[in-house]
Amino acid sequence: MSTVKTRRDVLGTNALRPDGAAKVKGEFSFSSDMWSDGMLWGATLRSPHPYARIVRIDTSPALAIDGVRAVLTAEDVPGVLTYGLIDQDQPVFAVDYVRYMGEPVAAVAADHPETCRRALAAIIVEYEVLTPLTDPELSLDTSTPAIHPNGNVFRHQRIVHGDTSVVGDVVVEGEYEIGMQDQAFLGLEAAMAIPDADGAGIELHIATQWLHEDQKQIAACLGLPIERVRLVLGGVGGAFGAREDISLQVHSCLLALTTKRPIKMQYSREESFFGHVHRHPARVHIRHHAKADGTIVKIEARMLFDGGAYASTSSAVLINGITHIQGPYRCPSAVVDGFAVRTNNPPCGAMRGFGVVQACYAHESQMDRLAEACGLSHVEIRLRNAMRTGDTLITGQPVESVAPVERCIRETDALPLPPPLIDSPDVLELPGGTGLTSRSENIRRGIGWGVSIKNIMYSEGFDDYSTARCTLQDGVVALKFATSEVGQGFVTLAPQIARSVLGVTDVVVEPMDTTIGSAGSTSASRQTWMSGGAVDGACRLVRERLFEHVGLANGIDALRLVIEDDEIVDTMGTLRIKVTDAAPGVRFEETFEHHHRPTEDLDENGQGNCHVAFAFVAHRAVVDVDVELGLVKVVQVATAQDIGRALNPLSVQGQLEGGIAQGLGLAVMEEVIVQDGRVRNPSFTDYLLPTALDAPEVVYSLIEEPDPQAPLGAKGVGEPPCISVTPAIASAIRQATGRDIRRVPVRPQDICL
Amino acid sequence: MSENQIYTLTVNGSQREVKDSWIGESLLYVLRERLGLPGAKGACEQGECGSCTVMMDGAAVCSCLVLAASAVDADIKTVEGLAPDGSLTDVQQSFINNGAVQCGFCTPGLIVAIHNLLDSQPNPSELEVREAISGNICRCTGYGRIFAAVQDVIEQRGATR
Repeated sequence: MSTVKTRRDVLGTNALRPDGAAKVKGEFSFSSDMWSDGMLWGATLRSPHPYARIVRIDTSPALAIDGVRAVLTAEDVPGVLTYGLIDQDQPVFAVDYVRYMGEPVAAVAADHPETCRRALAAIIVEYEVLTPLTDPELSLDTSTPAIHPNGNVFRHQRIVHGDTSVVGDVVVEGEYEIGMQDQAFLGLEAAMAIPDADGAGIELHIATQWLHEDQKQIAACLGLPIERVRLVLGGVGGAFGAREDISLQVHSCLLALTTKRPIKMQYSREESFFGHVHRHPARVHIRHHAKADGTIVKIEARMLFDGGAYASTSSAVLINGITHIQGPYRCPSAVVDGFAVRTNNPPCGAMRGFGVVQACYAHESQMDRLAEACGLSHVEIRLRNAMRTGDTLITGQPVESVAPVERCIRETDALPLPPPLIDSPDVLELPGGTGLTSRSENIRRGIGWGVSIKNIMYSEGFDDYSTARCTLQDGVVALKFATSEVGQGFVTLAPQIARSVLGVTDVVVEPMDTTIGSAGSTSASRQTWMSGGAVDGACRLVRERLFEHVGLANGIDALRLVIEDDEIVDTMGTLRIKVTDAAPGVRFEETFEHHHRPTEDLDENGQGNCHVAFAFVAHRAVVDVDVELGLVKVVQVATAQDIGRALNPLSVQGQLEGGIAQGLGLAVMEEVIVQDGRVRNPSFTDYLLPTALDAPEVVYSLIEEPDPQAPLGAKGVGEPPCISVTPAIASAIRQATGRDIRRVPVRPQDICL
Repeated sequence: MSENQIYTLTVNGSQREVKDSWIGESLLYVLRERLGLPGAKGACEQGECGSCTVMMDGAAVCSCLVLAASAVDADIKTVEGLAPDGSLTDVQQSFINNGAVQCGFCTPGLIVAIHNLLDSQPNPSELEVREAISGNICRCTGYGRIFAAVQDVIEQRGATR
């Protein structure tokens, strides 16, 4: 997998991806590219109704089809019948009721995907269709019948902080709505499940964000000891949160164990829209109190997250939402009520930004209003309230992280603006592009701002540690970890760490699987910090052993030795020896677990040190809007991001630009349309994603103030880019149009009707 | 499946016999599942994302929308056929150098689409590049590093002409 290196790509360089050559040649094995002798295909039957009682299932017509080898329903699940990341409330296959459109009811194994399709069509399921609960407000009403034995409210949490009786000189208030976004990774869900010869175990090759969490949930549902369920990371075609929950894992393993044959399963794009969780749609009512000079004195907010039919991570998303509703601004007092509720809408869970996206759209829309109410500019209001290290959050938690909010804003503001729209631009440069009839004279340009705070790592007492092993022999390092590489580039970063610590050039990254301890999830912008910390720790332990060996061999104290470039150097003598020559034939191996500092649960008033660390970012968006047609073109996004330290500047740039495109999507085009519990646009024809013609120019500044808590000084950079760009674009549309934009995505009718 | 079809496709210069197939299989399916060429990827099955882009008689097509059995007379080239074994094309190398690859799922389709563009238009404007690859969706990169990769190739080729 690794290419031959002729230079030492240490930390801070633009090291290139070791899997790059395989990926550009089409030789990299994604989980959907796997093939096995004697394999069968698996497929899932899904509910056509958002809410219904299952009266009867008859699988015999499907079993009668030539080529069909198995048809499974809930009756065939040998272990626990449900799974879930936090609450195990989601059935492997529906039991008695289906609670969302697309809920799995049965699975088939057959010799060809077309045979699978015919078998699914032949299964008879008789439903008693029920009226779905689709309004999250009704879920809060205690008179609404529960649609699940666990009730209709996943979690309610209040935050009460400071002097709640304070009233501001200026009060601004608004109600905001965020639509349901899909992660829309390109590489559809896919897996290869291979049964052990004795039928009492399974090996699953799977595209996932968290191998060990999957392993735990799968083993429980299969009724197998955890060691008999071995997971290997299949090539992952993007994730963005959608691979944190179980999708086809248990189904493919069950089919493999039943048929005693390898099972290949892969979703279509339509099925993928039903097969994974989405970003929570949310409604946020928020009131800011400020002094006449714009200084915030209190916020009051109510946040309602629609979690859909099953819990997934709704309770954690809720906490992220309410604990970030103040934004990156000082706020001495707060009263916040947050609810995550169950409905018969599609289940929602993790997506890049995890609850903070929803909070940020609301607080940044409010900051614009507050600026206008106080007669300040959009930049001035944010600078006046900008959070600093040492400030106290509305949870009572002190901000110990480096918090360069003011610098993020000022450096963004200093980035150059794009040239004005020329008189007769190419039609492709106009809002709507080719085929639509935008005319330059109808175009108004707007500039908008967004600034955000994002927690990194897991919260509320969870110890999301990471494990790594480093082996050194004759100057060649092998690294082993279970860190999911989903495209973010940890396979590039880990060798950079080893080269920096150990002075080596050649680093092999071993396959990611469950034969080593957990690395936690590739989410929450956490792997650079957590798995980076684990790799760094393991390499440092190996370096100690190497120094001891060299010290002993040369009769000097190992403490005198350091690595300089590719050599071991005696700081108090003349010894200077290449790492590659330092210990011929000797193998050093060390394993290290990195744990972040402990966090706490919130109390009943939402007080507690619940988060580990924070990262900050500012965005400025320039948009052109055709005010007659309601079309938007995002011309440029400027951003300054607090990243701690640029371990791989090229990789950071890719994260910034990619996150901005996803935030742009939520701002102006991406929404899973759900009507009466039914998804109306489960395809790339109808769910619109930013294309190369939609991508704005991105100008940026990296703010490098190494965080003393971070093992490598670096904060995760994955989530912040997508968070405040959405309100920045919405704000720019407001500036261009004078319209009161209260929801994202902004639709043409919100602009021109 | 019971339907037993045998036909021959011309892929990357080789005659490849397709046996025991179902007549409804797409070119994408046959390349990936029957001919051992998984470079073209499936991500939407309706010609929106471009991940499955291959060349047919010199034109870029979405192989998910082509019936394999209808492609018997075509000269098909996939991402695997762009460079000899063990080497990279200039576009492929530029993608790596410019950080244009993240998860890499869209990459093979983009590589084929960009070769197709530069073969027919050696010196496209930035806007022409954007339009040419606007049928190839990338969810990871936001396209910035992809534009940089293409620009590098245009400049390198221009310098050597």
